[in-house]
Order: sequence, then structure tokens, then C-alpha cells
Amino acid sequence: MDSIVPQLLTGLAGASSLFLVASGLTIIFGVTRIVNFSHGSLMMLGAYIGWSIITRLPREPEWFVLGILLTVLATALIGVVLEVAVLRRVYRAPELFQLLATFGVVLVLQDVTLWIWGAVELPLPRPRWLRGFVEIMGNRFPAYDLFLILVGPVVLGLLWLLMNRTRWGTLVRAATLDREMVAALGVNQRTLFTSVFALGAGLAGLGGALSLPNASANLNIDLSVITDAFVVVVVGGLGSLTGAFLASLLIGVIQAFGIVLVPKITLVLIFLVMAVVLVFRPNGLLGRPQAEAREATVAAPVVRAAPRELRLLGALALLVAAVAPFVVGDYYLTVLTDACVAVIFATSLHFMMGPGGMASFGHAAWFGIGAYAAGLLMQWLGAPMPVGLLAAPLAAGIVAALFGWFVVRLSGVYLSMLTLAFAQIVWAVSFQWVEVTGGDNGLLGLWPPDWARSPRVFYWIALALAVAVALLLRRALYAPYGYALRAARDSATRARAIGLDVARLRMVALVIAGAACGLSGALFSYGKGGIFPTYISIPHSVEALLMVLLGGLQTVAGPIIGALVYTGLADILVRSTDLWRLVLGAVIVLLVTAFPEGIAGAARRLWLRGREA
Amino acid sequence: MSVLVVQGLSKSFGGVRAVGDVSFAVAPGEMLALIGPNGAGKSTLFNMVGGQLVPDAGSVLLGGVPITGLGPRAIARHGVGRTFQITATFGSMTVRENVQMALLSHKGEVWSFWRPVAGRHAAEADALLAGVGLAAQAERATGVLAYGDLKRLELAIALGNEPRLLLMDEPTAGMAPAERVALMQLTRRLATERGVAVLFTEHDMDVVFDVSDRILVLNRGTLIAEGDGASIRANPAVREIYLGTGATSGGH
Repeated sequence: MDSIVPQLLTGLAGASSLFLVASGLTIIFGVTRIVNFSHGSLMMLGAYIGWSIITRLPREPEWFVLGILLTVLATALIGVVLEVAVLRRVYRAPELFQLLATFGVVLVLQDVTLWIWGAVELPLPRPRWLRGFVEIMGNRFPAYDLFLILVGPVVLGLLWLLMNRTRWGTLVRAATLDREMVAALGVNQRTLFTSVFALGAGLAGLGGALSLPNASANLNIDLSVITDAFVVVVVGGLGSLTGAFLASLLIGVIQAFGIVLVPKITLVLIFLVMAVVLVFRPNGLLGRPQAEAREATVAAPVVRAAPRELRLLGALALLVAAVAPFVVGDYYLTVLTDACVAVIFATSLHFMMGPGGMASFGHAAWFGIGAYAAGLLMQWLGAPMPVGLLAAPLAAGIVAALFGWFVVRLSGVYLSMLTLAFAQIVWAVSFQWVEVTGGDNGLLGLWPPDWARSPRVFYWIALALAVAVALLLRRALYAPYGYALRAARDSATRARAIGLDVARLRMVALVIAGAACGLSGALFSYGKGGIFPTYISIPHSVEALLMVLLGGLQTVAGPIIGALVYTGLADILVRSTDLWRLVLGAVIVLLVTAFPEGIAGAARRLWLRGREA
Repeated sequence: MSVLVVQGLSKSFGGVRAVGDVSFAVAPGEMLALIGPNGAGKSTLFNMVGGQLVPDAGSVLLGGVPITGLGPRAIARHGVGRTFQITATFGSMTVRENVQMALLSHKGEVWSFWRPVAGRHAAEADALLAGVGLAAQAERATGVLAYGDLKRLELAIALGNEPRLLLMDEPTAGMAPAERVALMQLTRRLATERGVAVLFTEHDMDVVFDVSDRILVLNRGTLIAEGDGASIRANPAVREIYLGTGATSGGH
């Protein structure tokens, strides 16, 4: 009983920090409809900038407050630059391209931060007044945490005043409800969006700076914070400030108690809460159903079979790929094998995301499940590679069916968020259940049988599987099932009106995509000889998204081209520069702003120029 | 025998009674227009028949079989075709593929993963397209069609389901006056040829009096008049709610 009160207070302090970040994210989403992946990076910048400013100021409380305010201004300014330089150019692009662009920003900011402040984490030396304690019910409680607990409600109150008592706030609320109508009424959207982004960025900076006394400025803040903030925003309801506040209380408290009561499954717990909330309230605690955008962003072009020239080109590429082992050395053979795995990884995501219309932020989950299925079978039963390659898609497909059962009813961003949550659960299990999965050390000793051990043979196996999967998926897409799936994406209303079972169509797409992706996971593991939790990490899921979006959603060739380009690009970058994240991020941002329909889509447009789609 | 029989259908939202105790029937090949001022309950009634809303009370019988409270998909399976006020078609498909999709669904061939769609039921789809005057556009992308053509495509898609009943919610909304009459005369012809019962809502009184066999007038959720064009025109209660302006284009 003793620990309940201090634990509760710790939870509330954590909730305040969460709220600061989540409130900015939710305001930005409400108005611009952009899920800002780089919001965590803004908080990270807030922490670093805060560190640089505060350590240069005298150590009295008033200077600390001044330092915090300066940090908020600085991050708000960075937000303005980001909005003007990147986001403004993608407001009309499809949702996922916006996400991709902001992820490019994450990569760039990570390297910029590393370059400016270095890799060592920077703790803030705590002056005496920051180390005080307050006695509460017989427990000594850090005074700074009490201060943090107050910050949350105070910021909520200030934001409420801003939103409800100023003309600017009224415009923001109106734009959250109906963006097109606000534009039609002659409100300058540019200034509104820029200022909203500045406010959101400033709040993230505030969160970052205020987290300093309890933590430090480090390079892991961005991705860890963005996951938590996504959860809070989704649980609270996208665009709802009060919802974000309630959700951050809920998550903060659960986190604090989870660490004490069930330390092994804290991560799982958070995401289970999110899953449960979304199953019962598909729009979050206080969210409203999203109004359908009146102006279609970019109408999906008609899907037609590739022109003959392209097929010839594809056949030629396949021929080159088949004879490649006679030409290239072992290193490039490994890269090519990785490319084959990437092709399966990307085409399977494309299947559910393009024709299925279900974007997944957590595609690596299926990759990992397939890998661990093969690995565990090997460890427990000594199952050889062929069995493992068969079991992997089976296991991933079965889990996908269970997962799909309760997510296919959700729409758009919420579904994507749940896929992310699910991937984090799978990651947490693989990371924390050390007895079975080996935890961080992974499962080792997963090698192909003797006949397939030479890199050349293994590459041919990978190539054959990649081609087979790509052709089978393509076949299904041009068959009635693929058309029906596309029909359900184009117009669910019309699909139901002609008697199509939309939920079941999407569910099957999820199972097929999961199974195919599971195969790629197992294949990859046999190639590397081991399985690690990083296979299921967020960056790996984002890689799949990158490949698909680089290639373009609208063509079957897209994900294949995307996978090849991405694998090649990453290989060249990692070997040639230390700042590969910076370059990759910049390339992503440039590609997204220049070719919102992907590489294959842009090529197709050039090809079709002058003819009707 | 009537295709559609609606008995005592009611629906309230909060304390507001949107539709109260409405009963009517539609015969095969009959065009039944549902009119009334804004807020009369037309859409609510329509959505209860189409499966978008579950009624509080009453029943909907299709060919004698109760379909009350079923979802839109199940109702479609029972032989109800629909067009929407805001057109809903499959934008990533050609005009012909849109109709092929409806045919595949109707024939229960959706769960096939191997044989390509390309030539399947193409002749039948072309025949339906010819019926609505879109034969020349079969190869075009749906996204480039003119609005009136989209409406006609919706009609062809709905007919692909071989419906016994066609529900058309404001079929001519957003169209030029000349197009409106043409679309509804086309519908009239198809309904007669195929013996399809048509229930539609409409604001344009010219269209209503021109093509409907019978008219239902709804006001404040209850049926206040029912009859052919002449009797509705003469009905004092109807004249009153339309402010005595008689047969002019309303709803603007």
C-alpha cells in the first residue's frame, strides 16, 4: 500500500510530459491532417537546445524558466522552418506520403543532432533547488515532479483559453472540423497552418526541455517519444485536446504502476490498453468520426496491365538477376539476396496497402513472426529450412487472421496506428521473453542445409521465392478477388451496395500480406544465420513503407522497383558516408515532394503523357 | 404482388420523430416517387429500406421476405440495387470493369484468386452499358467521366445485380435540367423492360410528374398524400406544404 501514492504521483508527472508532446501532435493533426512522425524529433531538439541554453545560464530558478521559454521559442522557429520547407509542399499529397516526408525529417534531424551535439547523452546538472523533496503521506517526493504534475493541467488550461477565447483559436477549431469550409470562407490557410505547426513544435520543445532535469538529452528520444505520443493521441481521439489529456493520464498512470507490478510486460500493457480502447471506441475516447475530405486528394488512376515494353524490360532484368552469381562477388551476392527478401517484404505490404487501402506502420511484425516461427521450430524440433520456410507464412498468416479479426473494421489512421501498436507488442515479446526468444541476444544457429549453403544457391532460392511471391500476388490482384479488394477501397459504400463483404475482403488481404511477409522474414533469417528483435523494430517497418511508397502504390511493379532502389541506395549510403541518415532522409523528402506518385508512378505518367489514363 | 412492402416504419433520433408509422408498397415495373420538403424524413425512410439505418418499429418485406434491419450488403444480396445522391463508383477501374465487378459479385465469383477478370462477363457488361448509353465509353477511366455519365454508370452497376427493387436517392441532384429528364426517362424505360420496381426521392417536380407512376408525399415524418400526378397536384394538403406554388422546381 505504501507505494501506491508515490507511484501514482510518478505516473501523473509522466502524464504531464506525455501530454505536452501529444497536445502538439494532436493540434497539428487536427488542422493539417498530417500525422507528424517528426514530432518526437522536435522534442529531442527541445531537450538538446534546452541543455545548451540552460547550461550556459546562471543556475537560479528564474534563469531556468527563461531558458525553458527560449527553448520553446527556438523549437517553434524550427517548426516554422519545417512547415515552410517540407510540409507545405505535401498537404495535397496522399496521407502516407506526408508520413513518409515527416519520417525523412526524422532521419535528417537525427544526423543533424548527432553532428551538432555528439553521440554522448547530455544530462543536465541539477542545481540544489531542483533536488528538493516534499513530504507526502510519509513519502519523500521530488518537488520537480510535483511541478511537472501541475504543468499538464496548466498547459491544458492555457490551450483551452487560446482555442476558445481568441479569434485564432476559433479558426483552428473550425479548421479541425472542416478545413475546406474554412478555406472557402477566405481564411489564409498558409499562415494558419504555419502558426499551428509553430505552436505544436513549441509544445514539443517545452516537453523536451522540461524532461531534462529527470532524464537527459539523448538520441533515442525521437522514436521512443513518438510511439508513446501516437498512443496517447489515438487513445484520446485524433484532434481532441481534452482527449489527449485524459489519455496521457491513463497511459502515464498505467506506465508507472506497470513498471512496479508487471515489469516484464509494461510495453505490451500500454498497447493492449490502446487496442482495447480502439475496439470499443474506434475513434478514441473523445474523438469524432473523421469527416471525409470533400476534395479528393489525388484520384487513383485506373490500374491497367503493364505495357509490353515494360514486361520485356522485367523479363530482361530477371534474366540478368538469374546469371548475376556468375558475374558478381560474394559481397554483392549478399546484397542481391537482401534485395530478394526486400522484394517479398515490399510486395506483401503493397498488397494490403495499395489495392487493400490499409496502410501498415507495423509490417515488420509479420516479418518477425515468420522469422521466429522458423527459428523456434528449428530450436525445439530441429526442423530444417524447407519446413521452416513453410511454417513461417503459416504462422504469420494465422496471427494475421487473429489480429485482422478486430482491426479490419477500423478506418484509415486508426488502423495504421493499431498495426504499429501490434508490431510493438510483438517486438516487446521478442525482446522481453528471454527464455523463449533469447531476448536481445536473439536466436542463433539458423543456417540453410548443406545443399543450399553456398551463397550462390541460397541467392537462387531467394530469387525464385521472390519472383514466385510477386507473380502470385500479381495474379490475385488481376483476379476477381483483387478487383473486389480494390472495389472495397475505392468505395466501401458502393462495394456493399453490390453485395461485397468489405470486412472479409480486407481480412483476407491482411492474411495474405502477413503470410507472404512471414516468408521473407524466415528467408532473411536463414541468410543471416540468426533472428533478432530489431527485425520487428519501427525503423524496419518504416523501411517497408519507404520501399512501397518510393516505388508507388498504383502499379504492381512499384514495390519491386522501390525495394531494389531502396536496398541499393541504403547499401551505397551506409558504405560511403557516416551521415547516411541525413542523405537518405533528404532523398526521401526530395522524392516525396517531387514525385508524389512514386518512382514507378512518375515513370508511368511520363510514359502515358499525352494519352488519356 | 408487390416487390416491396413497407409497414408501419418508424424512427426517432433523440426525442425527434423523423419517420412515424409509414406504410406503402411498390409493384414490379412501377416508379414510385417519394417527395416532401427538406426535413420531411425522406432520407431516413430511404436509409431504413436500404439498410443504412435500423428502424425502431415496423417491417420491410422484399418479395414477401422480411429484410428489416439487415445491413446494406445483405439487402443487396436480396436483390436491391442502389444509386447514391453523391455518385459512388470504383475510381481505379474502367467503366466496363465497374459493371464487370457488379456482375462478378452477383454471380458469386468474387472469391477466385487465379483466373484474370479481363474478359469475364465482358459481353454482358457491354450490353448493360449499351442499355444506359455508355457503350462508347467502356474503355475509359471512371474518373474522367462527366457527372451525368457517372450517374448512368451507377445505374448500370445497380442493374448488374439483377435487382427486383432499385433505390435511387436524389438521382438527378447536381445535373442540368435537360439531363435530369433524360436520365429518369432512361430509368423509366429500363424499369418497364425489366420489371424492376423503382423507389426514388427527388426535388425536381418536373421530373417527378414526368416519370413517376405514383407519388408519396411525406411531411414531418408522416405520409400525408399518395396518388398519381394529377391527384397529388390537386391535393390541398400538398399545395399547402409547397406554399401553393404547385409544380415548380423545389429544393433550391
